Order: sequence, then structure tokens, then C-alpha cells
Amino acid sequence: MLDPAQQHTSEALLDIDALEVHFPVRMGFRQHRALKAVDGVSLQVRPGECLGLVGESGCGKSTLALAIMGLVAPTAGRIRLAGHEIGTEAPPDRMALARSVQMVFQDPYASLNPRQTVRRTLADPLRLHGIANGGEVDDRVAAMLAKVGLRPEHADRYPHEFSGGQRQRIGIARALILHPKLVICDEPVSALDVSIRAQIINLLLELKDDLDLSYLMISHDLGVVEHVSDRVAVMYLGRLVETGAWRQIFDTPGHPYTRALIAAIPDLFLPVAAKTQKATGEVPSALHPPPGCHFHTRCPMKQDLCVQREPTLEKVDLAHLVACHFAVQSR
Amino acid sequence: MNVGAPLLEVVDLRIDLADAGLRHAAVEGVSFSIPRGETFGLVGESGCGKSITALAVMGLLRPPLAIGAGRILLEGREIQALPQSGLKRLRGRRIAMIFQEPMTALNPLSSVGRQIAEMFVLHEGAGWRQAQDKAVEALRMVRVPSPERRAKDYPHQLSGGMRQRVMIAIALACRPALLVADEPTTALDVTVQSEIIDLMQELCAEKGTAILMISHDLGLVARMCRRVAVMYAGRLVEERAAHDVFRAPSHPYTQGLVASMPRLGARAAHGRNRLQEIKGVVPSIAAYPPGCRFHPRCGSASDVCRKVPPEQTGIEGGGTVCCYHHA
Amino acid sequence: MRLRVNLVMGGALFALAVGAAVLAPLIATHHPFLDANLMNSELPPGSEYLLGTDKQGRDIYSRIVWGAQISLMVGVVSQLINTVIGTMLGLTGGYWGGKWDDFVSGLTNLMLSIPSLIFALAIIAVLGRGLMSLLIALGLTNWSFTCRIARASALSLKSQGYVQAAKTLGYSDMRIMLTQLLPNMVGPIIVIGTLGMGGAILAEAALSFLGLGVQPPWPSWGSMLSDARDAIITGQVWIPLFPGLAIFFTVLGLNLLGDGLRDVLDPQSKVRSA
Repeated sequence: MLDPAQQHTSEALLDIDALEVHFPVRMGFRQHRALKAVDGVSLQVRPGECLGLVGESGCGKSTLALAIMGLVAPTAGRIRLAGHEIGTEAPPDRMALARSVQMVFQDPYASLNPRQTVRRTLADPLRLHGIANGGEVDDRVAAMLAKVGLRPEHADRYPHEFSGGQRQRIGIARALILHPKLVICDEPVSALDVSIRAQIINLLLELKDDLDLSYLMISHDLGVVEHVSDRVAVMYLGRLVETGAWRQIFDTPGHPYTRALIAAIPDLFLPVAAKTQKATGEVPSALHPPPGCHFHTRCPMKQDLCVQREPTLEKVDLAHLVACHFAVQSR
Repeated sequence: MNVGAPLLEVVDLRIDLADAGLRHAAVEGVSFSIPRGETFGLVGESGCGKSITALAVMGLLRPPLAIGAGRILLEGREIQALPQSGLKRLRGRRIAMIFQEPMTALNPLSSVGRQIAEMFVLHEGAGWRQAQDKAVEALRMVRVPSPERRAKDYPHQLSGGMRQRVMIAIALACRPALLVADEPTTALDVTVQSEIIDLMQELCAEKGTAILMISHDLGLVARMCRRVAVMYAGRLVEERAAHDVFRAPSHPYTQGLVASMPRLGARAAHGRNRLQEIKGVVPSIAAYPPGCRFHPRCGSASDVCRKVPPEQTGIEGGGTVCCYHHA
Repeated sequence: MRLRVNLVMGGALFALAVGAAVLAPLIATHHPFLDANLMNSELPPGSEYLLGTDKQGRDIYSRIVWGAQISLMVGVVSQLINTVIGTMLGLTGGYWGGKWDDFVSGLTNLMLSIPSLIFALAIIAVLGRGLMSLLIALGLTNWSFTCRIARASALSLKSQGYVQAAKTLGYSDMRIMLTQLLPNMVGPIIVIGTLGMGGAILAEAALSFLGLGVQPPWPSWGSMLSDARDAIITGQVWIPLFPGLAIFFTVLGLNLLGDGLRDVLDPQSKVRSA
């Protein structure tokens, strides 16, 4: 694993540097507050790597994904992706960006245009980008369908003729049709039946090896994240609280929130976690985040220092960073 | 615990779905029983019939769904054929229900304190003042901070976890014998979910309320329940102690489900292996296969499986399974 | 199947009107105004003049059949203009939001608060009378309903996954609006369109009644009603009755058709596989 001191190496496929995304929210007549959806996040994804991004509602992971895709403008910081720069100035070149990063969406029932055949959904982008024309388009469409486990005759059907799992396969095919380097998977299996999830997870992993892809896997399901990720980042209320290799995060989690997430998972075989690991109370509103460490209102280890000073990501082990004043002690 | 008659008994339940003149058996041959004070899990994927089974127990089925056959006994009395007036007397007092989406189950135009207080007024004949005090106590019981102030809030002012606590307060207000919970935590964050489950367990243990927990989340049900019934395509395929169902499942479907889920710690222990898949898809109601409904996806299917649906048979260690080739 | 009745009956009535318009040269018994014969004025329905004659001795039946051309054309063309304007404004307003949407909403609210007939009158006053001004006037007045529907559809559709996916695939805004949003909005717009056609025919009748619509001698159902003003009092009921019935049945047909189409088109967009 790369030493974090060499973070801004040109080797990274995706390099996010101190990204902030704020949304102004009207709080009454002429009063505005900033909703800090993403509040100073720095991350890298290396080629061929799968980075798991974990967090609960309001943590900013979806906004982060949209910013990487160029769909939401950063308020501060920059994103470097395969030679493109997304910053606070002019909007990015969407056509060029489309060939570098794509997304697999959560809801297979809402992510396909009901009035288009599968063929059109897959062929239009090819034509739009001038990648193929005429007969070659059909060949590529058929090849992609085969790759995701569907048959050529499926191309002429409409989305409503498919099951949830099949629709997700089509969504994956669409994300891959332009051969991007990075694929953001936003909760790709949470809307699917449990018995189908394994199929899709296996498919995603196969495709990653087959097509030499990198993934940013956003999920609240820690079991899935542990299974697919090489590295994991944990977000809470717009900030990163912990990053590290998958083994480090799951075997020796450094941040109380990470421990609380793991403790909260009802697992079939693990014993019920001790109450001391759990987080109490509700996630605070992102409009009024607590001062200092955002997590202190729910943290079993909270001290005065936590309210006064915001912790920064510190190295606790090789490539394992934790943002907690008591990280080293608690390991 | 009363070892006598079970609190809830469902015998050979069939629920029919009327669809343009045809009648499909959405749920068929379902039998299980819940003793007093026990937590019982009903688990399965979407479309397996678990939610409509819960609705049938509450008497809340509406056309095109209706109970086609079978019996439901609450405290020894048959309730499946009770008219709405009889059922209304039971609901809230003997059986209560909480739902997945509290926003649609709570009245958006009424403060939460009022909605809880209504329970006391309706079922215990309390006066409004007394009922409102009891409502604040109920909020305290479900661990809502500053209950006197929260009682005046409207549902939209509360977070998802808070609303679910309010739902629990309403449901448990009159100490029902049975709490039916239909995916109560699916819409909540995982840390909040954990707290709500703990709360439910504690409160119900305290009051001796049995829980019928409906969920698609195997882990949740395993953690929370003593006994678990697994449903697939409208049939009950396995019903055993939670511990046994997940450590050593007997039905191929349950085996497939458990094997297909990525488990924390598995990769560290065994390396990353390809997840075991269950091939095929869940059949739709209109196209249930003949014989055992799982046979097209089953690795052990044989001729008899394709023709004759298996019966619920007892297995050693207690419980039943519905399969010719069970483990 | 209650919905089918609407569709069938509405379709039949509308088809009847269209048929009359298209086949007018063949099925009319007389010329709509050149065969005027003052000697035969105000004759009741009979064998030679199927529905009677008006004050100037013109055959009412033939005038109705020829008048169908004008009335329907006004209905269809003006509604087409309405639909295009309303859809363009509503679609772009809903999709882009911001100041443009504020402008579109403001304009829509303004249009909805002005009585449409008065507005049409004002336009005709500026442009002068005649068929062209009638079409423009009606085309510019009733687009607000379509705009509202288009805007609401655009707002709800733009957050759908496939629209986001199109953005990530590099589609331009124009392409997204035309290929992703518009095909999914078509249902309600068609329904409003058919209902609007009925409204346009009624508006034409009203304007012609006021003398501001189609100018003589070509007949339109509205102008026929206008000419028959006195006949109502003097007792020659057939002169206003038949054009009135023609308007009534055609608009009824369009309304039923709109209802039926709404029922047919709606469930389709909600189809999900099991």
C-alpha cells in the first residue's frame, strides 16, 4: 500500500483534494445557511482498485459521487480524474468526462428509460461519442450484453419486461459501454432481492478484473463492502473519519464511529456486540453539525476536547488514517 | 411463561389474489404458532407473501386479497372470520402493528402526543388530560429525550428513528399481547436500526408482549428472534429455532440464501471466494411452478419435486421443513 | 370496460366530424354559398334541403359539412400551436429551473388569470379579422394548461435515474429533454391536447358569434350560429339547432376521446415486471 505521505502521486486514477460542496439553504427571509454536504474530503483511488465508501444518511457520499461525475459543482478543492480537472471554475467537459467515469445507480426500476429499448439505451451513447457507427454498434451492444450475462435477443425489449436483477445488469452494461476507467457504484444491490445480490456482486467483481476497472463502491452494507473493497473510507456528516485497507478497517477499526457501524450490524454468526461500542441517539442534521468532532454527540468515548477541537486524519498505521483525538489509545 | 395454548396460531392459511377473474393462491398452506411473549421471525424476499400474512393476522386484507382458507386463532379464539367490528376491538388492545414507513402510518396533521393519547382514550376510556400525561410517559418509555416537548411535535419535525419510536409507543400503549412489526427498521440507518431493535426487545420482554417480526434481513431476524419461519413464493419452507435455521439450514433455499450473503470476517478467514449464487429469479404470483415452487432454482430437485408440492414435515431438533431433500 | 366506451364513442364522434370535413366536396348536396336562393330562404328540413335553409337560402346541411373543415382546422391547428408553445416552455422551465422557470411560471400564472376570450379578442383587434388571426389568437391563448402539465412532468422526471445516467453519458441538455423527458411526458399532453381541441372549437364558435371569427361567406359552425341569432326568436329553430348540435357532438366526442386516451395511456407508464 502506498504511504499516505505520497498521496498526491500522479499514479492515482482519481485524486480528490480538500473537496468541499456546500449548498445554500434558505432559513427564513433573507437568511442563508450553508449545508456542508462535503466538508473537506481528500481521497485517492488507484488504477485497478476498489475503494469502498461507507456512511449513513447525511454523510455526503452521494454528493461526493455527483461531484466526481461533474454533476454538482465543488465549492472548494479539486478533483483530478484521468487527466481531467474538476474545480471551482468552469464546468467540466461532460463528453470527455463521460469516457472516464460512469455510474451504476441504486434503483433498477428508475434508472432505465421506460420508453427506450435496451438497444437504444446502449447504442445511443456509442453513436453520440462517435465510437462506432452502423453495424459495429450492434456488435458492441451484443458483446456488452453477453458480458453482463444477458442474451442478444434482450436488446430489443423494453425495461418493464425484465426483472430487477436483469435491469441492474442492463444498468451495468450502460455504465461500461463507453469503457470508462472508473465506475462509481451507488448502492448497486440494496434495491435487489437478497437471493439476486450475490449474482450482481460476482458480476461486478468479474468485470473489474476482465475490463481492468476501478470502482468506488458506495454502500451501507458492510458485508458487501468488506467483500469487494481493497481500501475503505468511512464518512460522517461530510467528513472522512477513517481510511485504510479493508483488513485494517474491519479487523482493527480505529474510529469509534467505524466501531459503532460494525457493532450495529446484525450478523448471523457474530455475538451481539457490547453496548459500549454502540452509537447512541440520532444522526444530527447536516445543517447544524455539532462543533469540534461531528461525532461527539453520539460517541461513547466523548471528552471535552472533542467538543472544542476538530480532529484531523492522522496516521495510526501504514496507510491507515483515523480522525479522532483518542485513536491511538483506543486501538 | 404460560406453556398452555399458544398466543397466536395460524393453521393452513391460504390467501387468494383475485386478478381479472382468475384466483391465484398468493400464500398457501402456511402454519405456525407463537407462544406468549416470544419473538418470532417471518423472513423472505419481496413477493414471498410475508407482509400479506401479517395483514391477514391483523384482519387488514383488502380486495383483491382475501383469506381463502385456513384458520387464525388468537388466544384460542378464531379470528379469521370475524367482522370488522370484532376485529376493531382486538386491534390496539390485543394486537398492534408497526410499519416500515412511519411517515405514512402517522397522521401528519396531528401532534405525536395526541396520537399516542388517542390510544388511551379509545381503548382504556381515559379522559384527555390523563391520556396526555400517559402519552408523555409513553414517550419517555421509548427513550425519546425531552418527552414533554416532543409530544407537541408533528411527525414531519422528527427524524425517522424518532418517528419509529413514536410508532412503538402507540403500538405498546395498551399493552397488547402481540406486536406485529412489518420491516420496521428497513428505512432507517444501521446505527439507529440497532437501537430500535434493542428497544423493541427490551420493552416487549418487560411487558410480556410477543413479537411477530417480518423482514427480508436474515441477520436482523437471527439476532432478534427465538424462532424463525422462512417463506418462499407464498409457502413456508422452513420453521425452526433461529439458531438452527441459520447455522444449519435444512431447506435448499435457506441454504442458498445463507451461503450467498457476504459475511463479515469471512474474507479475513477464507480469502475472497466467489459468492454462491442461487440461479434464476423469484417466480411471480401468476407463474408459480407446479410442485415445489423452488424446484427450478434448486440443485437437488428431482421428479417428485416437479410434480407434487412437499408437505410440512417435522425434523429432529424441533421445527418443520417443506422439502423432499432437506438436510 | 368503462374506459373503452369513452374511447370508442369519442373516437366515433370525432371520426364522424373528420369524415364530414374530409368528404365535404362529395357529400354536400349544394354549394355552401353560391347556391343561395332567396326564394328558398328559411325552409324547414325537407327532401331537397336536408336540414333546411337559412335566411339567405343556403343549404344548412352543406354548410355544416363544409363548415366542419374550418371548425376542425381551427381546433386542430390552434391546439397544435398551443401544445408546442406550452410544451417548450414547461419542459425547459421544469428542467432548467432557476430564473427561467420563475419567468415561465410567472407568465403561465399571468395567462391563467386573463380570461382567454378577452385575450383572443385583443389579438384579433390588433391583427384584424380573418382566419389567420383567429388561428394565431387561439394558438396564443390556451397554452398555459399544457405548460403546467409539461412543467410538472419535467420536474418529476428529471430526478429519475435514467436522466442522471444520460447526463453522465455526456448527453447535452437539449438531447436529454428531447429523447429522455419528452417521450415520457407524451401521455398527459396528448390528453390535454384533445380536450383543448374541443375548447378551441367552442372558442371559435364564440368568436365567430361575435363576428370576429371566420368571415363570410365561408361557413363555420360558429358563424352559422351568429347568423341565426334572429331565427331563434322568430321560430325557425332548425337554423341555429343543427350547427349547435354539430358543435356539441364534436366537442363531446373530443372530451370523451381525451378521457379514454388518459385511461389507456396512463397505466402503461406504470408497468413494472414482477
